[in-house]
Order: sequence, then structure tokens, then C-alpha cells
Amino acid sequence: MADYASLDIRQRSASTDQPPDIRAHQEVAKLIDVSKCIGCKACQAACEEWNDLRDDVGINVGVYDNPHDLTAKTWTLMRFTEYENPETNNLEWLIRKDGCMHCSDPGCLKACPSPGAIVQYSNGIVDFVEENCIGCAYCVKGCPFNIPRISKTDRKAYKCTLCSDRVAVGQAPACAKACPTGAIMFGTKEAMIEQAHDRVDDLKSRGFKQAGLYDPKGVGGTHVMYVLHHNDKPHLYNGLPDDPKISPLVAFWKGGAKVFGLATMGFAALAGFFHYVTAGPNEVVPEEEEEAIDLKDRASRNRDGEARLS
Amino acid sequence: MTNLWMDIKHADVITVMGGNAAEAHPCGFKWVVEAKAHNNAKLIVIDPRFTRTASVADLYCPIRQGTDIAFLSGVAKYLIDNDKLQHRYLAAYTNAAFVVKEGYAFDEGLFSGYSEDKRDYDKTTWDYEIGPDGYAVVDETMQHPRSVMQLLKKHISIYTPEMVERICGSPKETFLKVCQMIAETSSPEKTMTSLYALGWTQHAKGSQNIRSMCIVQTLLGNIGMLGGGMNALRGHSNIQGLTDIGLMSNLIPGYLNIPIEKEPTYSDYIAKRQFKPLRPGQMSYWQNYNKFFVSFQKAMWGDKAQKENDWAYDYLPKLDVPTYDIVRGFELAKQGKMSGYVIQGFNPLLSFPNRAKMTEAFSKMKFVVVMDPLQTETARFWENHGEYNDVDPSKIQTEVFELPTTLFAEEEGSLSNSSRWLQWHWQAQEAPGECRSDIEIMSALFLRIRAMYKRDGGAFPDPIVNLKWDYAISHSPTAIELARELNGYTLAPVTDASGTTIPAGKQVDGFAQLKDDGTTACGCWIYSGCYTEKGNMMARRDNTDPGDRGIAPNWAFAWPANRRVLYNRASCDPEGKPWSEKKKLIEWNGKQWVGFDVPDYGATVAPDKGMGPFILNQEGVARLWTRGLMRDGPFPTHYEPFESPVANAAFPKIKGSPAARIFKGDLADLGTSAEFPYAATSYRLTEHFHSWTKHSKINAILQPEMFVEISEQLAKEKGIAKGDWVRVWSKRGSLKAKAVVTKRIKPLVCDGKTVHVVGLPQHWGFIGETKKGWHPNTLTPVVGDANTETPEFKAWLVNIEPTSPPADRQRTV
Amino acid sequence: MTVQVSRRGLLKGIGVGIAGGTLGALGFGDLQPAAAAAVRPFKLAQMRETRNTCPYCSVSCGVILYSLGDRSKNAKSAVMHVEGDPDHPVNRGTLCPKGSSLLDFIRSETRTKYPMYRAAGASEFKRVSWDFALDRIATLLKEDRDRNFVAKNGDLTVNRWVTTGFLGASATTNETAWVTYKTVRSMGALVFDNQARV
Repeated sequence: MADYASLDIRQRSASTDQPPDIRAHQEVAKLIDVSKCIGCKACQAACEEWNDLRDDVGINVGVYDNPHDLTAKTWTLMRFTEYENPETNNLEWLIRKDGCMHCSDPGCLKACPSPGAIVQYSNGIVDFVEENCIGCAYCVKGCPFNIPRISKTDRKAYKCTLCSDRVAVGQAPACAKACPTGAIMFGTKEAMIEQAHDRVDDLKSRGFKQAGLYDPKGVGGTHVMYVLHHNDKPHLYNGLPDDPKISPLVAFWKGGAKVFGLATMGFAALAGFFHYVTAGPNEVVPEEEEEAIDLKDRASRNRDGEARLS
Repeated sequence: MTNLWMDIKHADVITVMGGNAAEAHPCGFKWVVEAKAHNNAKLIVIDPRFTRTASVADLYCPIRQGTDIAFLSGVAKYLIDNDKLQHRYLAAYTNAAFVVKEGYAFDEGLFSGYSEDKRDYDKTTWDYEIGPDGYAVVDETMQHPRSVMQLLKKHISIYTPEMVERICGSPKETFLKVCQMIAETSSPEKTMTSLYALGWTQHAKGSQNIRSMCIVQTLLGNIGMLGGGMNALRGHSNIQGLTDIGLMSNLIPGYLNIPIEKEPTYSDYIAKRQFKPLRPGQMSYWQNYNKFFVSFQKAMWGDKAQKENDWAYDYLPKLDVPTYDIVRGFELAKQGKMSGYVIQGFNPLLSFPNRAKMTEAFSKMKFVVVMDPLQTETARFWENHGEYNDVDPSKIQTEVFELPTTLFAEEEGSLSNSSRWLQWHWQAQEAPGECRSDIEIMSALFLRIRAMYKRDGGAFPDPIVNLKWDYAISHSPTAIELARELNGYTLAPVTDASGTTIPAGKQVDGFAQLKDDGTTACGCWIYSGCYTEKGNMMARRDNTDPGDRGIAPNWAFAWPANRRVLYNRASCDPEGKPWSEKKKLIEWNGKQWVGFDVPDYGATVAPDKGMGPFILNQEGVARLWTRGLMRDGPFPTHYEPFESPVANAAFPKIKGSPAARIFKGDLADLGTSAEFPYAATSYRLTEHFHSWTKHSKINAILQPEMFVEISEQLAKEKGIAKGDWVRVWSKRGSLKAKAVVTKRIKPLVCDGKTVHVVGLPQHWGFIGETKKGWHPNTLTPVVGDANTETPEFKAWLVNIEPTSPPADRQRTV
Repeated sequence: MTVQVSRRGLLKGIGVGIAGGTLGALGFGDLQPAAAAAVRPFKLAQMRETRNTCPYCSVSCGVILYSLGDRSKNAKSAVMHVEGDPDHPVNRGTLCPKGSSLLDFIRSETRTKYPMYRAAGASEFKRVSWDFALDRIATLLKEDRDRNFVAKNGDLTVNRWVTTGFLGASATTNETAWVTYKTVRSMGALVFDNQARV
């Protein structure tokens, strides 16, 4: 697979050496047009079928969302929101396909302490290499979109691969191919941005004045983007972050503590030091977040100091 | 569909009413999304629930289920009152100017000729005035008080926007917005497509729901047009084909009729089917009825069907009632009059109304045979599954056979989709276990029965022992052998209209070559052309689409005659020029009709000959008023569902459709709104396909468990929270399900009364990967549409209350 | 399940030591093998493709069935994956959630595989041979037809059989429908219907 230029590696978790970087690359992207989405879940079905995943048969808890959350075996999920627009009094059924955004600046990769467990290809896809995963769940913390999930079976992190196996041979991701209404499109990032602009114009002509493209700068842009009718209020779409950013803690880790941290994590992996970290999304308590910011600041000061010393 | 799936992209307005295309036909719905994105089309959704289709609509209008006729008659009234009509189309291509004969009347909800005892009409007054020349009288001014136009105006005059709001619960303002958007398409440059499905058919007045929209579309000149038409999306992959091939009590393939008792001879039968044109110069395609019929008899009985024996007319059974449809069949079974049922790929225990009645009917039969690739509830109606199927097997004396069949991946053949395309498919894997194809099973049964009749004799063995059965391997006819029979072939040299002689033993090119003298055989005339001497036309895979019309004429085969848009002659003005260059389908080039589609007209009949574009009709024009062709009246009329939460605001004396058939026991099983105050409806979800996909793991994951949908208001009134267990019950049964409390269902106000809608999706049963559950047909009433006997699944009454989980779920949740 | 992981734990962990570890030192120096491990091999590379039609709704989308084996004599074919047919003019490669899950229909745990028979009053199905099932059904049909066939109603020849019903499927082929029509009608059966009714 390494022969496919599109899958040359751009970045790799917990690694310092630079991958070869002389080829010109075309970035790819998936555009999810929420205004064309009918919430049929073909994307969910196609994802499970292609990736040979079968989640548990659950129960109904009074909503259409099934399974109820992303899991190690559900890499994409339709999230349904019933929204009564106070400006028009119209009911809007906002249905968003949730899943990995394939950030240009991936928080998961930055947070990952295990070398090569997370990679980013030159085409923008962020992929998990489960063989290298130690199950520490830092990717979960690092992700501003709350996407990765740790499997209860093998204790490894899973998420959407953007069907890197299909993209590698020139095919669209399974969800994009299946999507009956063309709400999921796949192509070069450039083409997807152009497509999005057409759609935004159409939506504005139909009265959605705040329609726009969601390609958040806080994570360097993404390789999964949304066309939203209400781009001024992404949170309406089942809590899509208005302004996602990589946690300051991860920024600290990636920045100041990288070199010494690598060894530590290598040790940790071997010793199973973090074995108590179990599956599921983690919650950050506010004090910790504050402390992290504080530590990050101190670390960057230290680094400046070190730089001066050397 | 008069048109086809891709054609939807040319529409300017798309009205989805009586269906939920995004949910039930997502991949076809892409063409709606295309029309919006690339043709600036507007999507209107009219539905009791804010559906997945509504989620991408430009305008959503709520409506109480079972009131579509009032709504659409209101639209028609708006179009006439505001002069939003395609005038030239109306004058030239419809029966608006035809004069109805004296004696026809409509009063207080009833047409002339009604008999309360028979619940039926004497339809003799429902016809045109016939002039001394033998043709229907026409008043081109449309001012004659008995002209169809004047009668229509009068008939729909009561459906004012205020009356529509009273009956339908649709807010007047939203209703008027719908009218305005629809009215835009009266321009010859613009078209509206109507997409509907079982939301219209599953009512006691289902056919008239569709008629109402036909009237609207005809007034607007949208039939026969690119991006227009009446488009029945249909439910299953081959119910179009099963119906085309006549697998119904009263049909012969190609929509010919099984004779009735009062037609004891072939000459009686065919005399009634001399479809003479009603206007000078008209074609009336059904004049060829006898050619299709004789060719069918030859396909069935070969040499045994001869002119001398009236083409083996006696071999056909004769009906004593209009149909022995499923409703009648299981009524007879319940009365103990049926010995058995042979069921192919069908799950009637869940699919038919009133589960308790179905269980009783099955239990009274001596034998039941089920052929299916899946384990169905029907095959296990006798098996105890706790409260989900609470029966005592020891008390059921029915012998049951469950025969394993192949499924689509394990066989080849053709399916007819809703665009009338016959598409061939190929086998990918061998069948598991001992599965056999339905063809092999039916052949094996037939050969055994034939052998017994040959050996032992019995009741009238002739049609059985003489059935034409010359397949190379008699117990396993191939799909190709059968397809060739459906297409038709010559038995002797035949000369066609162009003077070409086709030798004996050749496949015909199309139905135009069929004869009534016994020289041709054809299983299904409308399929003629599907397998010709050129080969299997259904297997064609050329998807090129000249002119980007959305037609792809060389993909598979479309009946009739590979025509993709029916009535396409009407896409041109009377002079033969397209109404709109942008929407051109065909045109007259001075010598013949040419264009992107096969003309639905005489290929060389000049426009000035005055032949109307609706060549299947004796009038040659579209019918705003349907003579005696509908059992329940020549115009649609608002009646309430048989179980309704409110009185009939239009005709207080009449509740349900006066001509709909209902059996005595079923009438007694109807509930009242006092006991059952809520308006229930049943429907599909996009994650599932009927009761099949509950056997598929992924679909079970996507929608694992039965639920009912109610409004926040009703939930509050009843103390129900989302995810709670609720009990829903009707006069006929009771079920438990989870509650989905939603803003997408809102209480409606009808004639001052608040009406709560309770929605029940229909995908669960007691076998498969999903959680065990009930089907809404545990609760539905048994009453059929007056014309088709399709049960009224879409509008009935229930009550609802919070409850405890079913026994097997008490520990899990 | 939500787990609170202390970020202090992480940060303290980071601070444990400043050993000079690099990627190479940890044995992950070669980037390309890592990439090879990341990308799953494309699973359809040499599978056989068969054009078919989705059996569910009446859009009748084109599907491609990918099956194991190349139809050589010693390889038993089995469908492994189903995907939309991009050449099909209606679905153009797309599939809905039902169509996308067709593999699980084909492979369903609750498929019928053997003829089963339930005797009157029995509480379970028993596996039987095809010959047993077909002989018994043919006999039941003939017995009922012979007993209840109506040849005449007064003077009128009516030749009908209305005590056994037949229901046609909704997803069988036209060719199946035709052979069913022929056999059922030849017996004079009138209690005959199909899924279009409901």
C-alpha cells in the first residue's frame, strides 16, 4: 500500500523523524451536506458492511439514533435533532452524520503516546494503526470532536478510517458511495470546497441566510466538512463544536514535553502502566483543564529558556 | 409511474403526498434532491407526520390521514377559481368539454344510482351523452351545464380553504401556499411531478385519492410531460411485475380480465370488450383485446386452444364475485370455507389486517404451504412465542410446510420496477442447504398433480393435463424459456402491418404483431418486445442518455414497447410542437413522430388527424370524470375513514366510503372515537424493509425495536416520557412498544376538535435479529378500498397508555 | 461508559524521566511498514462481480455482488460483499440502508435451508425430504380440488376452484410469476392474489 502516493505518511504519533516529503500531494475530503441528508443511515450500514463490523443489536430509547453513540464498532452515526426555528417557526429536523473529521491538525495524533499508532497521510486521512495502539485513550482526550472509542474486546482505539483501503485504490469511502441523495460527496478538498459553495448559494436562495461551510480553522481545517444551514450555530446539530480546538493540554504535550515524553510512553506501553484506562470517552474536570493550561504555559516558558541555553 | 425515476430531475415542483419517498425509496429520491439542486425545484410534502422527506422539503403542510380528497379537491378549486389552468391542454387533451348524459346527479355525498342494501351503485347514468353519430357529445365552450368542466366546478365547490382546514386540519395559510406553488406549473414551461405510494392506496377510498391528484395534474397539463406525471412509487421490487402478469383473482396477464359467470361463452366475453372509439378518428388501443387474449390462450394451452373450442375458453375459471382477493380469502378461511393456502414469499400473518382474525383463519385451514428464503411468522403462526404469539399449538390442527427457496443472489430472471423497466439479473452464488427456486417448486408440484390426473383422473383434468409444458427439463424450466413465452412467438408465418412476413417459430418483435387467429402465442402482451429474435432486451446495459432527458432508452426494456414516458404525445401541443423546448420528449417532423422516447401514438399519424393523445382511452383524452369506470363514483368525494376521530364535515350523513366492501364480522369489529380517541396510522421506516430486514443484522442494529410515535402534547396528557413502554390498543387487539415522543407529530385541529395522531412503524415480529415485537396489523381494521380492496392501513383508531415491559424484557431495561 | 482519567496522571507520567528515546530507539524507525500495517488491504481485489438487482423496493437499484472464487470448478462461490452498480441509471452506485446491508439478508441466521413439516397439533417443525413435502402437498391440493371443484352453476360452465388460496410473492422474478400463473390458473383457482394488494 505504501506505493500509493496518496497514502504517503505526513505525520506519525509520538515520532520525531520526518517522513520523506518531496512529492506533490492532493488532499482529499468528504463533504457532508446536511441540507441534502435524509437521515437514512445508508452511510452507517455501508460502513459496517464494508469494514466488517457488526455492533450489538440494542434497544430503542425513544429516539431514532441507533446505536445510541459511536462505539468501537460504530464508526459513523446519524444524530437527529428536532429544532424549532424561532425565526421562522418552522420545524427543522437537523440530521448530522457524526464521525471522524480527519483534522489537518489532529488532536488525537498529537495526544497519542504510542509511536505509529496514529498516522496522517499526505492526502489528509488520519488513520489508527491498531497494532501499535496501547489502549491508553489519550486520543479520546485529544479529539475535540469526541470520536475515538476503545474496544472492550481488544482494548484498542477505533474510528473512521475514511476507508483508507478504498481511497488507496482510488475509490470513494463506502459511506460516500452509498449515500442515496448525494449528501455525502467525496473528492479533492478543493473540489469539495467548490461544491460546498454552490450548495451554500442554493441554501441562501431558499432563505437560509447563515448557510455555510464548516471547515474549522481551530484544527487547521478538516477532511470531513459539513454544509450547514445554520453555520452560525453548529452546536444546533447535536452539539457539533462551534469552535473546536485542540485541548491546551495536548498542545503542551506535543510541544514542550514531546521528547522526554516519548520515552516515558514507550515505558508505559511496555509496563502496562496505564492499564487502568478503559474504554469510552473521557471527561475532563475543569480544574484539570486549568492546570493543564498552566502547565502548558510553564512548559513553553521552560522551552524558551532551554532554547536560550542551547 | 407514468414517468420514470430519473425524469424527476426535470420537475419544477415535486409534491410528495400519500407517500414518503425519502424514507421508502431513498435511491429514487436522489432525483428529487437533484431537481432541487440543479433545476431549482421546490419540494412540497403533505403528510400527517414531519417525515424524512419533509426534512428536506421547502414546504411542509400537515394533514389528517384520510382527508387527501378534500385537500386536493381544494387545490383543484383554487386552480379553477384563480384561472391557473393549462387551457389548450384542457380543451384538447381532456374530457372537460364532454357532455354527460341526463340523469347523472350528486347529492349529499351520493351519486345517482346508489343502493344502500348492496352498498353499490347502478352506474347506468354515469356516462356521456351520445350523439346521433354514435360519438360522445362535446361542447367546446365547456359552458353546457352538464359538461364535465361545469360538473367538476360544482362538485368541488364545497372545498374552500376554510372547509379544507376544517376537514384536514391543515392551516389555511399553509394550504394556500401549497396551492400557489402548485399553480405555478400551469405554465406549459413548468411541470409538477406527483410522487405517491401506499399513503394513498391504503384507504377505503385509495383509488379516489389518486384520482384527485390526476384531476389536479390534468388541469395543469402535467401528464405526458417531462418532469410531470402521476408516479406511483410502488412498494416491492416486483409487485409491478406480479400485477402485470396478472397474479390476481380477476386478471389475465397484461390487465385482461378473467371472465365472470355471466359471460359463459367467448362471444359473450369478447362482445363486452369491443372498445369502440368515443370520438371520430380515435384509436382506442383496446380494440386489439381479442388478439392479446387469443395469444394468451395459445401460450397457456397451445394446440388445445383452437378457434373451434373458442380458444379453450372453458379452461378459464369464471368468477361469481368481483374478486377473491386476500380480504375475501381470509374471510372465507375464518368461516372455515378454505382448505389451504399456498404462499410464495409473503408474510400475511403480519401483512394483513387484524392479526387475531388471521390467526383464527390460519388455524381453521387443513394445510398451509409457505415458500420463502426466510423463516416467516406466517409459517410459524402455530408456534408459541409468549405474548408475541400467544397460541396453543396442540389446538391447531393445521399441517404446515416450510419450503426453503433461493433468493435474488441465487437465481436469474427479470424484475419490473415502478418505472415499468424489466431488468435482468444474474446468479452470484449457489443456494445454501437444500433451497430450491420457486420455479422448481411450482414445477415439481404441477408435474406431480398432472401425473395424478393423468393416472387417476379427477375433477376437470383438461386444463391441467393440456397445459403447454414443453420445457427442455420439465421439472426446471429456465428463466429464459419462460421469458421467451412472455414475449410471444409465432406459431405459423405471420405478416405484420408493414407487410413483413415472420416465419413460424420466431419471437415476435412486439405486440403489434400479435394475431387473433391462433398464429401467435404470447404470455403477457404488454411484455412483448422483452425477448425478441435480437435476444434478451431486458439484459441491455447501455446507459447512454441522449439529450440528458433522463430516459436511457437502451437500458433494459420498458413496457409497453420500450416507452419510458407514458402519454408523451401530450408533451406536444395539438400541432405537434413541444409545449416547451426545454422539456422536449418527441415532436412531429412533418412525416412522423421523432424524439428521445418511443412515441405514445401512431408513429405516422399526423397531428391534424385529430386523434387524442390518450390512445388507451376510448375518448382519446384524459378523464377528469371517469364515467362508470370507478365503483365509488366518477368524481372523488370526501368520506371519512371507517374509523375516524371526527364526523364528516362535508357530508354529515355519510362516514366511510358508501361503496367500499366490508364483511359483517369486520363491521362489528370497528371501534368508535369515544372508546378509541386517537387517529392511528402505520408506515415504514427507511432502516427496514417490511418484515424481511429484521432478519438482517445490520438493519437490526440500525432500528432494533418496535416503537410508536406521539406528539409531546399527547405524551404530556398521558404521562408518557420518551423511551417508556406504552400499550396501544384498538377494537381488535393490543400491543406494547417503546414511545418516541416527537415534535414531528403535532396535534391537529379538525372542525374545532383536537386530533392526536399515533404513528406505528411496521417492521417487527417474533423471528429475526431484532428485538421481538408486534406489527401494527395486530390493530388494523379489515376494510378494503372500493375499487382495489386494499386494506385501510393508514387511518384507524386506537387508545394509548403507559405500561410495563413485556415479560421477556422486564429484567433487561 | 464514561471513565474519568486524570490528566494530572498523564502529565505526571510525562514528567517521570527524560530518557533520550526516539522513534528509532523504540524500534519503529521504518515508516513505510507502519503505513502498510495501517491500511487494510483492499478486499475486493480479485472477487467475482455479478450484476443483480436489489430485491427490496421498486426502485430496483442495480447492485454488484462480489463473491468468493472465480467460478472455477473447485471453488464454491459465496457472496462476500454487495455494493451499488455505478452504471445503473437510477441509483448510480448508491444504495439505501437496506441495500447496503443485503449481505446480511443473504447470510441471515434465520434463512430457511431445508424443507420443514409441522404435523397437525405438533409443537415443532421437523426436517423432511423434498419428496415427502412435494408428494404430500400435491396430494392435499388434488384432494381438495377434486372435492370442491365447481364445474357448473346451474347451466353455466364455471370451472372454478375456490377452496384453496394462492399468494404470489413480491420479489420473485417475472419468470417465476409466469410459471406460477400457468400452474395455478390451469387448476382453475380463483382465490389468487399477490402482495400488490397490501
